[in-house]
Amino acid sequence: MIMSKTIFAALALAGVLLTSAGPAAAQENASVEPVLNGWSFGGLFGTYDQAQLQRGFQVFREVCSNCHGAHLLAFRNLAEEGGPGYSEAQVKALAATYTIADPSATGGERPGVAADHWPSPFETEQDARDANGGALPPDFSVIAKARGITKPFPFWLFNYFTAYQEGGPDYIHNLLINYRDQPPEGVTVPDGKFYNAFFPGHAISMPPPLSDGLVTYEDPNVPQTVDQYATDVAAFLMWVADPHLVARKELGFKVLIFLVLFSGLMYLTKRKLWSTVPH
Amino acid sequence: MAHSAERYEPKNPALKWFNDRLPLLSYSKAHFVDFPTPKNLNYWWTFGAILTLCLGIQIVTGVILAMHYTPQVDLAFDSVEHIKRDVNWGRIIQGVHSVGASAFFFAVYVHIFRGLYYGSYKAPREVLWMLGVIIFLLMMATAFMGYVLPWGQMSFWGATVITNIFSAIPLVGTPILEFLRGGFAVDNATLNRFFSLHYLLPFVIAAVVVLHVWALHIPGNSNPTGVEVKDGRDTVPFTPYATIKDLFGISVFMIPFAWFVFFAPDILGHPDNYILANPVATPEHIVPEWYLLPFYAMLRAIDFNFLFINSKLGGVIVMFGSILILFFVPWLDTSKVRSGAFRPMFKPFFWLFILNFLTLVYLGAQSPATRFGILSASDFAKLCTAYYFLYFLVILPVLGRLEVPRPLPASISESVLAKSH
Repeated sequence: MIMSKTIFAALALAGVLLTSAGPAAAQENASVEPVLNGWSFGGLFGTYDQAQLQRGFQVFREVCSNCHGAHLLAFRNLAEEGGPGYSEAQVKALAATYTIADPSATGGERPGVAADHWPSPFETEQDARDANGGALPPDFSVIAKARGITKPFPFWLFNYFTAYQEGGPDYIHNLLINYRDQPPEGVTVPDGKFYNAFFPGHAISMPPPLSDGLVTYEDPNVPQTVDQYATDVAAFLMWVADPHLVARKELGFKVLIFLVLFSGLMYLTKRKLWSTVPH
Repeated sequence: MAHSAERYEPKNPALKWFNDRLPLLSYSKAHFVDFPTPKNLNYWWTFGAILTLCLGIQIVTGVILAMHYTPQVDLAFDSVEHIKRDVNWGRIIQGVHSVGASAFFFAVYVHIFRGLYYGSYKAPREVLWMLGVIIFLLMMATAFMGYVLPWGQMSFWGATVITNIFSAIPLVGTPILEFLRGGFAVDNATLNRFFSLHYLLPFVIAAVVVLHVWALHIPGNSNPTGVEVKDGRDTVPFTPYATIKDLFGISVFMIPFAWFVFFAPDILGHPDNYILANPVATPEHIVPEWYLLPFYAMLRAIDFNFLFINSKLGGVIVMFGSILILFFVPWLDTSKVRSGAFRPMFKPFFWLFILNFLTLVYLGAQSPATRFGILSASDFAKLCTAYYFLYFLVILPVLGRLEVPRPLPASISESVLAKSH
């Protein structure tokens, strides 16, 4: 056990040595401090909030999907367990309102079915760029995993123990709430770009997509603000990126319980076996 | 030593007939049951079994993943997502495989550092140690190529940076580079050969593991005192004593493993690898997986020319040298005493080596310009690289001559008895 003490001492020393350097590194990219949400799907027992996913889907469908695709998202996913919880009939009806390009159909097009994937808003990458001033709106299939929040040195270590995996939705939320009408004094934004206090480099090609009251929620008790829309759509995009999160965490909890009990039994077995051997 | 117990002969006539022609049963009994194991092994010795399990997990999950994966640049990324979304149990199998790589490396580092602390590489176990270094090298190659397969941004740019290393070799560098990539740039041909080799190398590792275990079973295990086994009182049969202890070690090891698989499967990777590989958009920081970071830090630390060696070649020499030097450790360490537990001067240098290694892990992920007080990350990495080599080239050879070790116990059983009082 002397050894583990030494390891801890060494780690602590490394920590002290390196933290002293943390803040200097963080200041390089003077961005606003990200606000971290307490997501319902964070932590050991995290689970998606169905109502929030439905609202987020509404924001995605009415706003984001005009420019952004999500080619890994199938309509049928919307009715699958652990998701926004639409019924199969609702999903069928929704899919049918979309036109799907299908070379094997008469006229090359047909109404969507539940098995279809989310149609891309643009036919080719070039079309997408042409419609967006040269910038390519990224696909949203796994965007919530392709973005993250970096924390300075000692703090990211805690992520391993808290299993913080919500950097993606936190990034999306912060990006969407940090548009500014006017850049701060002395900062010029190139033509066709917009000022975002959170975005690295601050000049972003995407115009501010949200505004208060833009999307009408069914539930009158939910505020119709940019912050609420941003939170909801970030949660929805996390589900799109990780549709089986809930099932995974539920199984994980059972696996952990089993392993802890099994380790305990193995320890007792080992102790009994070795009790007659001096070692 | 492996034959101290009597040769096992099966009673069943059919088994006896088979065993007389191929003594698989006698052999298994001798090596997996009767094999005399020092009774004072501590839990650091369970990592051999843990590593065997890790290799098994990677092979089994990998074979299943290969049934659903498509090694083609336009389809690879989506096929990995398909596994996670639509394949039965796919998300768990893929999670186990990707987290498993990290677990494998964590365990191998513990195993290597245990060997370095207890002097397990000393005579007569030099070949055992060197086979271990070969396994470590093969693991790094396998893991690197595996990380390329999902064809995300880090996959692509990692492959570009690492294959580019070979172009530093004078004269033959560029032909080697093009041979590795299968073209002038990392592309479909690269992905295909990496997939092929990623499937092949684990079986090569398994073969070298067999040799590693064979080489272990000639002299038998070393142990925390470093005093060789003298007689039967020093040992217990491998089964059930070591097997049950190893199983306990394995089940404890599985707890953090499962934690990462089920609650943080992506935390050990980089978000950029969820962006499809794009040859015209370079990520801001190209960072390899954590387990390759110390070597990456040493590669980047050499940013100056030295005589006729330019900085690029220098970095490559230092990086490969940092692993090749391990082959020579049995002869660089001049101490007559095997176990570090009896070497008072050795201990602080060893723990500093561990701290130094962890610092290199950290520095490998930092931009070289990051400042730490008066030092940049690059300066800091130079110091750490220097200590890494000094440890092997100066400290180990010199300590063995200067140091007065603590008195060794006469035998393992004596040390065990002394401890119980």
